[in-house]
Amino acid sequence: MVESKHQWKAWLYLSPAIVLLLIFTVWPIINTVYISFLEGYNTMGAAAGIQYEFGFANYVNVIDYKEFVTCLTNTMLLCVLTVPLSTILALLIAVCLNAIKPLQKLLQTIFFLPYVTNSIAIGMVFAAMFNVIELSPGVIESPGIINNLLGLFGVDPIKWVTVGSSYWANIAVMVIYIVWNALPFKILILLGGLQSVNKQYYDAAKVDGTSRARVFTRITVPLLSPMLAYVVITGFIGGFKEYSSIVGIFGDDMGPTGEPFRLNTMVGFIYRAIEGSHVGRASAAALILFGIILIVTLINLYVSKKKTHY
Amino acid sequence: MSEKNNVTMQEKDLQKVSSKQKVGKIFVMIALYAFLILMALIIIFPFYWMLISSVKTIDEYKLPVPTLFPRKILLSNYVDAFNTAKLGTLFVNTLYVGLVSTILSLVITVISAFAFARLEFKGRNALFAALLATMMIPGELFTITNYITVNAFGWMHTFTVLIVPFLVSVFYIYLLRQNFLQIPNELYLAAKVDGTSDLKYLWKVMIPLSLPTLISITILKMMGAWNSYVWPRLVANDEAHRLITNGLRNAFTDSTGEVNIPVQMAAVAIVSFPLFMVFIFLRKYIMKGVSRSGIKG
Repeated sequence: MVESKHQWKAWLYLSPAIVLLLIFTVWPIINTVYISFLEGYNTMGAAAGIQYEFGFANYVNVIDYKEFVTCLTNTMLLCVLTVPLSTILALLIAVCLNAIKPLQKLLQTIFFLPYVTNSIAIGMVFAAMFNVIELSPGVIESPGIINNLLGLFGVDPIKWVTVGSSYWANIAVMVIYIVWNALPFKILILLGGLQSVNKQYYDAAKVDGTSRARVFTRITVPLLSPMLAYVVITGFIGGFKEYSSIVGIFGDDMGPTGEPFRLNTMVGFIYRAIEGSHVGRASAAALILFGIILIVTLINLYVSKKKTHY
Repeated sequence: MSEKNNVTMQEKDLQKVSSKQKVGKIFVMIALYAFLILMALIIIFPFYWMLISSVKTIDEYKLPVPTLFPRKILLSNYVDAFNTAKLGTLFVNTLYVGLVSTILSLVITVISAFAFARLEFKGRNALFAALLATMMIPGELFTITNYITVNAFGWMHTFTVLIVPFLVSVFYIYLLRQNFLQIPNELYLAAKVDGTSDLKYLWKVMIPLSLPTLISITILKMMGAWNSYVWPRLVANDEAHRLITNGLRNAFTDSTGEVNIPVQMAAVAIVSFPLFMVFIFLRKYIMKGVSRSGIKG
């Protein structure tokens, strides 16, 4: 009797969560997969009562799309550049932080600061730092703070984000901003890992007179490998979903003035398709994105299983 | 004699080695601090740049060699920013959406986590595993159909559309359930014997004991509302319902006219300020929540 009472009570308590999950999580999974196989599905057309054929057309069309290839290239490029860079930097910072005593807490707090920011808002600050103000086309009024700093090393002003800037200058700014943004989380995880490493390994190395570099590659990195794997996997997942950091710097146009959508990404592609009511195309792209994330995660897990020391 | 000499030689060698090590150690420490302080300066610089630019006059901002400290502090930029971006309305909207969704989300999370942690029912483990499985799917996949759904519900350009679809977070349920499981079951059974109702037990025992987790959830949820951009832009980008991040980005993307960057930086500083306050006073809870989730905001 008590048991059956428990039963309905449990379902009662769970009902709000279950109802909401059915509508906003379970149904979308089914429906999005279904729509992705309806050729050229369009919300306007569906409202007008058009029937759509079942097939792989959305997937084929999406891949044929020039815009999609641009988005995929940009996303991959940013991932490949930012994930290793931010991971190595974060590892270095975490190891150094772990080795010092005075100022450790203060520096740790500073390194966590970019985490609690609004990526659109701070993106606007980065854009301002890299901005070149021109009086008229070609006549520079102020090259901006970054170009001034580079000028100390004899570098001529570069157009980073403004009209006429090159693709690689844009990418460089994005890489700097994304790495800056990604450091706090990685440092937090890696430092946490370092602080839980058994001190005995280091004492043994000290007795043997092992060099610092060797201690780092033979003890620190292997013992940290589970955290490193975690940080790399979440980095790739986040990297494939890159979107708002680009909006922060370049605005909704996802590119410098005159070159809209040059820096568009996979997620940007999906949202543009939704806004244009091309829901079939958006669904196919979202599933491709999901597939890529899944494959990259599996590869990462496979590699880290081989290399990880627990 | 020679033996004694030998001994002192060895001692000298040892001293030499240890002083060499000491010098090396100091050298390494200097290098460590130099690297860390340089990196810290790079991390902080954008914030500094935002603050000093936000009080510069437009003419000073446009100097070929930017000043690292403003010559004249122009606080009126903040007033201009507040008016240009209509930050007042945006603040109220965001606060409303943040508070309502946090409170509702907390209620749903608490009762769901309680059911999973304390109540026995058929299919409990299977249901919980199914919930966890949905966490692997990227949010964009849901967005497409949710966009159609909220359209069909007639929720476009309302506050409801910004709140309801995100009320349930499987991750928060998971986090709180783990916390609830640590509270000994005997307490629950004793309360039952005393005739305490479930809700009273939840309120008097379980919630106080898992307060840190609930605070973490509250902060992350509020920060989520503050930083959300994509979904609000898609479904409620009208004047009356616009949230702060959208408003900020839209107010200064006038590509034809000249953007007053100091005013823009003042707006960015205003939007960033509450986040810094939260960070300073509640850092502990944020870091705890973050290190377990790996999710931003």
